[in-house]
Amino acid sequence: MIRFESVTKRYADGTVAVDGLDLEVPGGGITVLVGPSGCGKTTSLRMINRMVEPSSGRILIHDRDVADRPPAQLRRSIGYVIQHAGLFPHRTVLANVMTVPRLLGWDRGRARAAAMESLEKVGLTADQARRYPTQLSGGQQQRVGVARALASGPEVVLMDEPFSAVDPIVRAELQDEVRRLQRELGITVVLVTHDIDEALSLGDMVAVMRQGGHLAQFAHPAELLAEPADDFVATFVGRDRGYRALGFVDVAVTPSPVLTARLGESVPAGTGWVLAVDEVGAPIGWADATGWGGPLTDSRLHRLGTLAPAGASARTLLDAVLSSPSRRGVVVEDGRVVGTVGADEVLRALGTLR
Amino acid sequence: MIDSVGWGTLGELALRHLYLAGVPLVVGLLISLPLGWLARHVRWLGPPLVAGTGLMYTIPSLALFILLPLVLGTRILDDANVLVAMTIYTVALLTRTVADGFASVPSHVSQAATAMGYGELRRVVAVDLPLAVPVVAAGLRVAAVSNVSIVSIAALVGVSQLGSLFTDGFNRNAMGPIVVGVGACVALALLLDAAIALLARAVTPWLRRGVPA
Ligand SMILES: Nc1ncnc2c1ncn2[C@@H]1O[C@H](COP(=O)(O)OP(=O)(O)OP(=O)(O)O)[C@@H](O)[C@H]1O
Ligand SMILES: [Mg+2]
Repeated sequence: MIRFESVTKRYADGTVAVDGLDLEVPGGGITVLVGPSGCGKTTSLRMINRMVEPSSGRILIHDRDVADRPPAQLRRSIGYVIQHAGLFPHRTVLANVMTVPRLLGWDRGRARAAAMESLEKVGLTADQARRYPTQLSGGQQQRVGVARALASGPEVVLMDEPFSAVDPIVRAELQDEVRRLQRELGITVVLVTHDIDEALSLGDMVAVMRQGGHLAQFAHPAELLAEPADDFVATFVGRDRGYRALGFVDVAVTPSPVLTARLGESVPAGTGWVLAVDEVGAPIGWADATGWGGPLTDSRLHRLGTLAPAGASARTLLDAVLSSPSRRGVVVEDGRVVGTVGADEVLRALGTLR
Repeated sequence: MIDSVGWGTLGELALRHLYLAGVPLVVGLLISLPLGWLARHVRWLGPPLVAGTGLMYTIPSLALFILLPLVLGTRILDDANVLVAMTIYTVALLTRTVADGFASVPSHVSQAATAMGYGELRRVVAVDLPLAVPVVAAGLRVAAVSNVSIVSIAALVGVSQLGSLFTDGFNRNAMGPIVVGVGACVALALLLDAAIALLARAVTPWLRRGVPA
């Protein structure tokens, strides 16, 4: 849907930032441009909305050359999120998000409604909408940046390292949010990052670029891990790519039933590991009833491992197993316990795949 | 002391002083805005423009008051001479300030505005300029005080304002008018300075809010 046709960018000082880039970004998904610092990711992204003009080649959106459209008008139709959000410090959060609708000539009421709706989508409140950007945390500011990019309902949204300035927990939240919004709205997201993990977890398609603006490989994350095109890509995706590839492998493992008990229920000694659950059947902890028996109390509980949703990847299943005190990974559906799996079952299933 | 001048005369002279110093301040600012923008955005034009306008400040004011009638075809007593001269001094001080003001706008904010689809002019007015206010206002306060001080010299060519009290006191060999004149000049400068500071504060509400609770 966004097509780069042998696009080259040579800056005035002679730096070739992008060299003969051919790339077809599919519509309705997240395409990630990833690569080491200075390899031309930002330059490539900015050529899409004409913040940077190619030296040669062309870029088409829906088969239409972006060079044929007035830059300002083109940019109003494309959402843009940058690293430090780039919010206007002199405008309230709401006014920030109203920017593009207002530029598009929408009346104040309509722009306001669209902005409020957009803020709501990213989880910000009306109270926060009235503040100035500096009165929000970095993560919240980044959410505003996303809301601002989405307010007028653009079909294409460009994001340049949108999450690199926030802490890992907030980053994970924002990544989930962007993925959810992309699925919900069906938009086409082109996202730039130098973090390969972010690229692999967020991208439907990943373009790995190398120094000098060369495209090294354009593939699904799973393919990138399983079949790196060359040494550069293999090194770039990292040492434990075999393990990480498991994140894209579905294995047919049927969870086995597990002995569960509510708090207060009596557990006979010698039962082994018992999974404590609450009234609705959600897991709350493991208890080891090997050398001990009696009513199950809070103080008897060991922390749960990670939980694997039904249908989870081999990586998630294995992680559930390895992080569980009982060495049995808990599988849940809608938050309730379905059963448990062991490492051997997952590995056996993996063995039959090849 | 005031009696040596009279409240009526003092008020009249102060108003004229304010007029002769204040109007050029506004006009000079309006001229400096595009000049400062050019200095910042047209690379080869920046240094000569800032240096050139800055040099104008070194022209002695008395020379300017005497020369301008020849250039403009005005009469020597015309207010226009003083207004134009003071505008020149204002532009001399403010061009660099405005360029610095635009430079103080974080580039990622300005770029974000462009990426949202602002046209150049619209972005300058709606985003760059408001963010440049603190720097520009600081320069404007300097220019205001400078104008109040320089205008008084126009008394030497006979244009009446608070400076007339100095020539008057000198001619009559009386201290009274001179002291009153100095006091009034200082008061006027302080007043203008405070007015600009308050105005700048009023148009930058975002700078007064704290960090998140
Ligand atoms: N305006 C410019 N003028 C000259 N050279 C530039 C300009 N912008 C970028 N470059 C150069 O072009 C190359 C690619 O820059 P670009 O910003 O696209 O890289 P990037 O992949 O986004 O890097 P990073 O991960 O550090 O953001 C770099 O060598 C950079 O120095
Ligand atoms: Mg970059």
